[in-house]
Amino acid sequence: MNTLSRARRPAPRSEARGGLAARLREPTQVVFLALLALIALGWVLVALDGGQFLTMESVVGIQQRSAALGIVAIGQTLAILAGSLDLSVAYLISLTSLVAAEIMAGRDGNVLPAVAAVLGVSALVGLVNGLVITRLRVHAFIATLGVALIIKGVVDHLYDGPAGKVPESFQLLGYSRIGPIPVSAVLWAGVAVVAWFLLSRTRLGYRVYAVGGNEEVARLSGIRTGRAIVLTHVLCSVCAGIAGLLLASRLGAGAPTVGTDGGYDLESIAAVVLGGTALAGGKGGVSGTVGGVLLLAVLDTIFNQLEVNSFVKDVVRGVVIVVAVAVYARRIKGRSV
Amino acid sequence: MRGIGKSFLGVRVLSGIDLEVTAGEVHAVVGENGAGKSTLMKIICGVHPPDDGTVEIDGRPVSFGHPLDAQRSGIAIIYQEFNLLPERTVAENVFLGREPVRRGLVDRAAMEEATARLLDELGEDSFGPRDAVKRLSVAQQQVVEIVKALSVNARLVVMDEPSAALAEHEVELLYELIGRLRERGVAVVYISHRLREVFDLADRVTVLKDGALVTTVPISEVSSDELIRLMVGRDLGTYFPPRSSAIGEARLSLRRAGNHKLHDIDLELRAGEIVGLAGLQGSGRSELAKAIFGAEPFTTGEMTPSRPRSVREGVALGIGLVTEDRKAEGLALRQSVRDNALLVARAVGARSRDGVRDLLERVRLSPPRQEQEVRYLSGGNQQKVVLAKWMTMAPRVLLFDEPTRGVDVGAKAAIHDLMRELADDGMAIMMISSELPELIGMSDRMVVLRDGRIAGTLPAAPSEEAIMRLAAGEVA
Repeated sequence: MNTLSRARRPAPRSEARGGLAARLREPTQVVFLALLALIALGWVLVALDGGQFLTMESVVGIQQRSAALGIVAIGQTLAILAGSLDLSVAYLISLTSLVAAEIMAGRDGNVLPAVAAVLGVSALVGLVNGLVITRLRVHAFIATLGVALIIKGVVDHLYDGPAGKVPESFQLLGYSRIGPIPVSAVLWAGVAVVAWFLLSRTRLGYRVYAVGGNEEVARLSGIRTGRAIVLTHVLCSVCAGIAGLLLASRLGAGAPTVGTDGGYDLESIAAVVLGGTALAGGKGGVSGTVGGVLLLAVLDTIFNQLEVNSFVKDVVRGVVIVVAVAVYARRIKGRSV
Repeated sequence: MRGIGKSFLGVRVLSGIDLEVTAGEVHAVVGENGAGKSTLMKIICGVHPPDDGTVEIDGRPVSFGHPLDAQRSGIAIIYQEFNLLPERTVAENVFLGREPVRRGLVDRAAMEEATARLLDELGEDSFGPRDAVKRLSVAQQQVVEIVKALSVNARLVVMDEPSAALAEHEVELLYELIGRLRERGVAVVYISHRLREVFDLADRVTVLKDGALVTTVPISEVSSDELIRLMVGRDLGTYFPPRSSAIGEARLSLRRAGNHKLHDIDLELRAGEIVGLAGLQGSGRSELAKAIFGAEPFTTGEMTPSRPRSVREGVALGIGLVTEDRKAEGLALRQSVRDNALLVARAVGARSRDGVRDLLERVRLSPPRQEQEVRYLSGGNQQKVVLAKWMTMAPRVLLFDEPTRGVDVGAKAAIHDLMRELADDGMAIMMISSELPELIGMSDRMVVLRDGRIAGTLPAAPSEEAIMRLAAGEVA
């Protein structure tokens, strides 16, 4: 009787399918709620300060600021979902900005070859990252840190300041707008949509979740886990390359410190985690990361408008990230019976 | 498969195994814990390559380098431990690694439809293909595993203890399911400790013991008593120290104690006595030791002197646990013998008046070099260091979980002697071992667990048959 009633009891299907209430409990949704709350809070604070929040100018600013980090963070999401991570993105961004500007050398005709070269170089770096992790069995943290140092060495040896020149036409990528929307934001959205599509509609995406969720389970289910990890690293590095292109177009030149100045390595990881993706992998997604990046950008905007000292800014950002992850951990614990 | 052999790290776990399974046959594989069943299955499924021997399908030799190869040859396995991704849906798990694609994209609809159809075939309507696996009960997850194996259209399905997590009526479903597989001409290899299931389902049974083949017989030609004898029959030639004569007062007693894995445990551990704890894998032996110790505490019932809620409280009561996996749970491998021996003393304060040197001598560590990193010691010496670690606090109760696993014969005898010595000094000892002869040789009393409950208690020197009968449950 007991077993019978247990088996026949309908599973909590509505909850699993996600009524609105249940969906809001997922970390990826929580981040958007937090984003809304933060915007409201910012509005009040800035208004009290006598300013105007979310003017056209600041919205465009948020989008602009977010685009480069957003693109890197999308790539980072892929690596982290597969149970890996990439610390080499910041130096790779510097490198690719230089590659782009040097090849373009101010000429319109060189834009396409330069873009191709950047994508090629970054794919190669991703391939190296992936192979070192899967074949040499070096932990992703160390493998990508090592690759980062190698890139740094090469860049520092060859350059000690901005170099190359980006033609006017390519600078449009960084600055022009379509109505209120900057082209760079469109590029970011494009990358996000592609990544979302990849994760939710292709076999590769399914494999990424499987490998990150439990590599042994994936292997025993017949997945070639190494391949999936290498591919996510290639994609992650290509995203960093695209960010490098974007930054080069903003600067009008390549710069050996553009990646590290932006702190794209740790910041991208922070955005991913803030977006509810598990650092251990297998859980989360692109939409959360977009929310995480926007959250950081709105936070920035509020601080800028209130003209808060930048040390306070870092303290608050640190607190936000830690609190967010603690909240997600509680939710997960509370749910598992 | 013919002449299959396999060694791990120089330890031979399988040798010269022949196994032949024909289409439409249910072939049971039985044997004690550690007989090599799971290893054999992993070779069939391409997880481990065999060191020698060949695997043939339809008379053609095959070699699997990756589980994918075995899958492509029509072999599916249902592992004892679940191989599911809790964060993904049922359908995503079922088609993991084999997602149907249409125009390059994963065809979710087809995937979910196929999963729904298979669930329907099994009469399972308590959950659907889109439910997240983490929300399912253990039994429901088992059904997902079975659906996963079915969806491969396998010609050979290996089931490793598939009923372990199922309730009675779900086992019925499993029977029906296997019947249907048989009708379709699928071969089934069925590994189970439960002899009743073997007799209900199997056409033939293969018995393994200590990594070697004992025999393969049609089920109709063997009785359950004979089968048990085939599984355990061996000489009890080894020497064990003499049993205790003076059993003192109770050091620890449990009344109707339980937690999520254990139920209604009544047990008394007395000074000077070694209590053997027998049971099959998953019967709750290690869980019982951990509960007494406070690592996975009891939540109900009574324990005297008191019920520890944490390891710290357990240790404060004078309880020590020599864990099953000494490398992961017993020792800090990269630290010295001395540091390891002092782990407990540094955490809770030493109670023994003996210095580390005396203790190491007492456990007969040879050579007694204190500065050596523990990872370079042999298994036997490592275990002695674990013992020394507990002796620093002069425990009243010492629990041993597989104390001689991976230990050579000489060190084994030394550990046995030491255990008896500690008991004679007035310690209460509980010992878990999957090696029945060891357990029989050492115990003054034997407690047999089944499904988290005490199935029975036997006096000193019981027969292996008696233990197995209690552990496996009565054969109908």
